[in-house]
Amino acid sequence: MSSALWQLVEITIIISLLIPIAAMLVWVERRLIGIWQDRLGPNRVGPFGILQSFADLLKILGKEDWIPPFSERLVFTIAPVIGAVSVLMSFAVIPFSPTIGVSNLNIGLLFFLAMASLAVYSVVLAGWASNSKYALLGGMRAAAQTVSYEVFMGISVMGVVILSGTFNLREIVLAQADGWFIQSQFVGFVVFLIAGIAESHRLPFDLPEAETELTAGFHTEYSGLKFALFFLGEYLGVTLISAMSVVLFFGGWQMPEPINTWLPPLVWFILKVMLLVVFFILLRTSLPRPRFDQLMAFGWKFMLPLALLNLLVTAALRLMGVL
Amino acid sequence: MIGQLSPIALLFYLAGLVAIVASLKVITQKNTVHALLYLVVSLLAVAVCFYLMGAPFAAGLEVIVYAGAILILFVFAIMMFGLKQDETRYAPQNQGLSIWLGPCLLAVLLLIEILVSLDNADIQQQLSSSVVTSKQVGILLYGPYLLAVEIASFLLLAGLVAGYHFAKPDNQRGHL
Repeated sequence: MSSALWQLVEITIIISLLIPIAAMLVWVERRLIGIWQDRLGPNRVGPFGILQSFADLLKILGKEDWIPPFSERLVFTIAPVIGAVSVLMSFAVIPFSPTIGVSNLNIGLLFFLAMASLAVYSVVLAGWASNSKYALLGGMRAAAQTVSYEVFMGISVMGVVILSGTFNLREIVLAQADGWFIQSQFVGFVVFLIAGIAESHRLPFDLPEAETELTAGFHTEYSGLKFALFFLGEYLGVTLISAMSVVLFFGGWQMPEPINTWLPPLVWFILKVMLLVVFFILLRTSLPRPRFDQLMAFGWKFMLPLALLNLLVTAALRLMGVL
Repeated sequence: MIGQLSPIALLFYLAGLVAIVASLKVITQKNTVHALLYLVVSLLAVAVCFYLMGAPFAAGLEVIVYAGAILILFVFAIMMFGLKQDETRYAPQNQGLSIWLGPCLLAVLLLIEILVSLDNADIQQQLSSSVVTSKQVGILLYGPYLLAVEIASFLLLAGLVAGYHFAKPDNQRGHL
C-alpha cells in the first residue's frame, strides 16, 4: 500500500513541476527569440522578466471564458482537456532517472505512440465544435498532418526497438549504457524529431494554426482558460518530444564514464531535455512555413521512404551482427 | 459477489461495462460526431480489457490503429460532409423492425457463447494465466502466420493503389 501511496506522491510532484516548466517555456522561448533577433524580449516582470508567464497566467484567468453560442457546447469544452491530458499521460512512462518514473510499463513506447495519436482528437474536435470556417480548416489540416506524420514517427523509433529488443523505455535507456543510439540511429532521430515537430504542430509545421492564413486555426474561437489549456498542451508537447528523444536516442539519464559522476542522473536528463527544447525554439525562429501540399508531399515522398530505409538497414545490420 | 473478485477482475468488468454502455450509445446517438466519440470510448475500454487479459501488445495496437488512426479518418470524413442535424430519419434500418431480426439472432448466439465460456472454469484458467508479450506476437506473425500477414499486406497494397488511382485528377487518370 505504501508503494502505491509513494507513486501517487511521485505523480503529484511530476505534474506540479511539469506544468510550471511548460509555462516557463513560453518566457524562455520569447526571450531566446528576442536574443537571436537582436532585441531584448520580455524583461520587465521580475528579474530578467522571469515572472512574465505568471503575469500572463493572471491575465488569462481574468479573461471571459466565452463559449460561442453557435458552437457544439460539450465537445467544445472537452477538446482542450483531451489535448492536455493525453500529453500529460505520456509522461507517465518516461524514466526520468534510475529511481524516478511513474510507470515501468512493458509497452511504454507503444503507450507513448497511442497517447500521441489520441492527442489529435483535441485539435480535430476543437475545429469541428467551433463551427467556424477557420477552425474547421485548421482541424482538417491537423487531422491530415498528424495522421501522416504519426506513421513515420512509429517507423522511425522501430530502429531503436530492434537494437534494444524491447518496448520498455527504462530498458531502452539501460541498453544505451555503452553507446547512445544516436550513433547508429541518426536518420531515425532526424525523422523522429521532424515528425515530433509536426505532431506538436510547432513552426515550421504549424499549418493547423497558421495565423497568416487561418487567423488562429483550430483555436480561433477559444478564449480564457480553454485557450490556455491548448497553449499548455503545445509546450508540454515540446517538452515531451524532447524527453522522448533523450530517452530513445541520447541515453536518457546516462552519460559517458568520466563526466557521469559530476552531476546526479536526473540533472543530466533535465539538461539534455532543455538542450533539445532550445533546439526546437531555434528551429521555430529560423525556418519559414511551407505550403500545406508541400508539407504532405515532403512527408509521404521523402520521410516515409527514409524511415523505411533506416528500418531496413538497421534490421539487416542487426541480422549480420554488425550492430 | 463483488468481494470475491480480484482487483484485476473488477477492473476488467468495469472496463467491459464501459465498453458495452458506450457501444449502446454509439447506435442510439442521433448526433453523428457524438456517436463517433462513444465509439472511441468503447475502443479504449476494449483496449483496457485486452491489457487486463494479458495482451498488452494488442491493447497498444487497438488504441494506435483503431482509436488513433481509423476513427480520426471517420471524424475527418464527417467534418467534410458537415453532418449536423439528425440524419437518422432517412436511414434504411429505421424503416422497419424486420431488419433487426438477423443481427439480433447473431448477437444472441454470441451471448450464449460468452455465457458458456464464463461458466467454464478451464477457459477462465487459460485466459487469466497467460501473458502474451510483444516478442511472442512478432514470432507468431512472422512464423506460422506469415502467409496471412502477406495476404493482408497485398490487400492493403491493392487498396493503396486503388485509392491513388481514384484520387488522381481526371485528366491524368487515363482510360482503362
